[in-house]
Amino acid sequence: MTRNRILLAVLLAALALGPLVLAEFHITLLNYIGLYAMVALGLVLLTGVGGLTSFGQAAFVGLGAYASAYLTTAHGASPWLGLLAGLALTAAVALLLGAITLRMGGHYLPLGTIAWGISLYFLFGNVEFLGGHTGISGIPALTLFGQELKSGRDFYYLIWFVLLVLVLATRNLLDSREGRAIRALKGGALMAEAMGVNTPRSKIVAFTVAALYACLSGWLYAHLQRFVNPTPFSLNMGIEYLFMAVVGGVAHVWGALLGAGIITVLKQWLQDWLPGLFGQSGNFEMIVFGLLMIFILHRAREGLWPLLLRLFPGSVAHRPPPAAAEPLPRRTLPPAGTPLLEVREASKRFGGLLANDRMNLTVKAGEILALIGPNGAGKSTMFNGISGVDPVTSGSVSFLGERVETLPAREIARRGMSRTFQHVRLLPAMSVLENVAIGAHLRGARNFVHAALHSERGEEARLLHEAAGQLVRCDLAEHLYDPAGSLPLGKQRIVEIARALAADPCLLLLDEPAAGLRYLEKQALADLLRRLRDEGMGILLVEHDMDFVMGLADRVVVMEFGKKLAEGLPDEIQRNPLVLEAYLGGVE
Amino acid sequence: MDLQIALLLGQDGITNGAIYALLALALVLVFAVTRVIFIPQGEFVAFGALTLASLQAGKLPGTLWLLLGLGAAVALVEVASALRDRHTRRIPAILLLNCVLPLILAGLLFVLSPANLPLALQVVLSLVLVVPLGPMIYRLAFQPIAEASVLVLLIVAVAVHVTLVGLGLLFSFTFGETLLQGQTILVVASSAVLIVALYFFFERTIHGKALRATAMNRTGARLMGISASMAGKQCFTLAALIGAFSGVLIAPITTIYYDSGFLIGLKGFVGAIVGGLASYPVAAAGAMLVGLLESYASFWASAFKEVIVFTLIIPVLLWRSLKTHHVDEEE
Repeated sequence: MTRNRILLAVLLAALALGPLVLAEFHITLLNYIGLYAMVALGLVLLTGVGGLTSFGQAAFVGLGAYASAYLTTAHGASPWLGLLAGLALTAAVALLLGAITLRMGGHYLPLGTIAWGISLYFLFGNVEFLGGHTGISGIPALTLFGQELKSGRDFYYLIWFVLLVLVLATRNLLDSREGRAIRALKGGALMAEAMGVNTPRSKIVAFTVAALYACLSGWLYAHLQRFVNPTPFSLNMGIEYLFMAVVGGVAHVWGALLGAGIITVLKQWLQDWLPGLFGQSGNFEMIVFGLLMIFILHRAREGLWPLLLRLFPGSVAHRPPPAAAEPLPRRTLPPAGTPLLEVREASKRFGGLLANDRMNLTVKAGEILALIGPNGAGKSTMFNGISGVDPVTSGSVSFLGERVETLPAREIARRGMSRTFQHVRLLPAMSVLENVAIGAHLRGARNFVHAALHSERGEEARLLHEAAGQLVRCDLAEHLYDPAGSLPLGKQRIVEIARALAADPCLLLLDEPAAGLRYLEKQALADLLRRLRDEGMGILLVEHDMDFVMGLADRVVVMEFGKKLAEGLPDEIQRNPLVLEAYLGGVE
Repeated sequence: MDLQIALLLGQDGITNGAIYALLALALVLVFAVTRVIFIPQGEFVAFGALTLASLQAGKLPGTLWLLLGLGAAVALVEVASALRDRHTRRIPAILLLNCVLPLILAGLLFVLSPANLPLALQVVLSLVLVVPLGPMIYRLAFQPIAEASVLVLLIVAVAVHVTLVGLGLLFSFTFGETLLQGQTILVVASSAVLIVALYFFFERTIHGKALRATAMNRTGARLMGISASMAGKQCFTLAALIGAFSGVLIAPITTIYYDSGFLIGLKGFVGAIVGGLASYPVAAAGAMLVGLLESYASFWASAFKEVIVFTLIIPVLLWRSLKTHHVDEEE
């Protein structure tokens, strides 16, 4: 048992024994911290992990509270029915808002949630059957195991049990295939999409889960207070929730608890103290919170939890590679010589610039085709057009006999094409192993509910085993658990290849894989690519190192100014006068 | 509703819409140049209106204390950075700009008894009090993290907003009647003039072009000798000017409290979002639409006025989302 686990056990014991010794006032405070932490936990998933944000979480809390308050008082329904109705309503609203705003730039979601938070607040306050600004009173208490939860003390265990379950579920979710997809949203959406991740779906999942956490908190709140009015669900409270997450540590599950605790206690204290200081009443604590936020975002953007962690460093035990698991099923590769990729008359226009001009090329199974050309010839643009990352303007791209030029990148990836990027796109803070496992995203199927319950461990073990296998194959076995960003650039390129291989592709697109490699590493890479070719994979390669290309490629296509300049066997290309002129300049 | 009411409502809507249009322009400007979604824009409206009202009521405006406080804070930060860089020669200018000038202004306010000044001078005094807050806020809150992601900048903007609202309450701004006449024409005309002026500023002057260059590519602009922090300060000054001026214009039409600015600013936002936070004319048109919608909504369903206005953002966002289809890469 490590020291941190002991600390956690002490904390849990303190939580369990707290009500036996604490005064009513402290119980109430802890209840509120628990309720707020649930909402902040959703924001950790959304903001800290997913890179999206919402100021409208308080409105979701309100939906949960009002749904149950209305159904139980007006229709005498059971609070449990109220909970279900609240969750359904919240999910519907979150899905709608998410579907509308999440496809656009990151800042439309927060703006949308500000507007939605204000709308809902005014709606609560003006709708008659919800009691207007006076609210709804006489909400029945919850009954659990035949026991009516009437006091804050009774509620305490329920709130903290729910919170700890949510913490556990969130941790489980993040440590899974779906979780990796959500973690990739922040700074790796384009890469994730090329690996087959449906990024809009991942965003909506994160947003909806966060909304549901808030709704649950609202339901508990309504039955704890037995009274609701619009005030606690205003935009200001929505802003406060975000402050809690940011102060605590927005990328850390426990940061939500820390932040909720700090802000709640601080608010209590400031509300007692500031009005006396200023000689008038008002929400002056917001001045302090605002300044605190600015300071934290300037000086410790990760929040306070990582600073706390530094005081309690965990033991850096050597972790063994993932346990052996049943290998994932593999795609049957087409027989050697079958045309995999056929690009016909493909052009790509950026405004006035024609980056690809009626390009044609074919890649067959079991061959390495090298695409070479001077800088700016349009090779990477061609790659983006083929892989759907940035589709071609006109012309056709056929993969395995199917037209794919209008499909999104993730659909092309699903059909068996995988790629690397010229500018390395890894998630630097994530381990090498997990980065590679993103490549195998499409080879798993269990969804986020299974992930939260960790009932997908069998599949997860197979995915990680596959990722580790590809890393071993690429000579990176000693780096499995290193953060990807800590590797030298050349090795990061190889991690990209391992990630592409984890997708089990039949066509591999490699954009300058040998750049930054030393001589021996280049040889090892060439051997690996030859083995893959001999297994029947088709490889399209962009590379500047001519020794590497000419010794490896079966055929070569030369590009210049977006057009195909020449095509042929390596020997022919090396003697082609047009190619020599393009590379070395003409003889005047 | 008869024609007369419809016309009155239309006039009301156009007046408010013109104000929202101005704010929308400021928001687009600030976002384009600094990537800050400037939530506190509305606070400048409230500060402008309340400062003018205080001056007319013969009271010392609370914004003066804000100006002195922020000036001192900026001076502290700037002097510290000057000492660190061993640029001690810059210190007198820093102190003059951030401490001495606000103090002179304070002295003037004590001596002049502004309640007796002509209206035009009162307006100028209000602007002089409020506008410097813009670049000061940029210097303190945004310049140190100018390279951060849009998301972080947005959260800081919200933090600045709640701080300013709290301070607004603390300095207990009061509201009094101001005495501008012919409001609608004045508002619409000033908006039109400002919009045209902004157009010429961005299209025809080297400063405007520099700001646009910074908006498109910060690093590139810096390599061309354009200071990104100077550009940031300039556009925050412009935004504060637009905000405070809107406040002066709107004061007689609407009751302004210390926290009224937020909702007014957000309505400008709805307009700006119609323009995708990028297009000035579309943003202005969107803001006019918001004003008209608000005005007619207040007639038919006054309790749900805000709900209707802010729900408008949903179809707008839907329309914008159908127009974009690419995977964006967050910074």
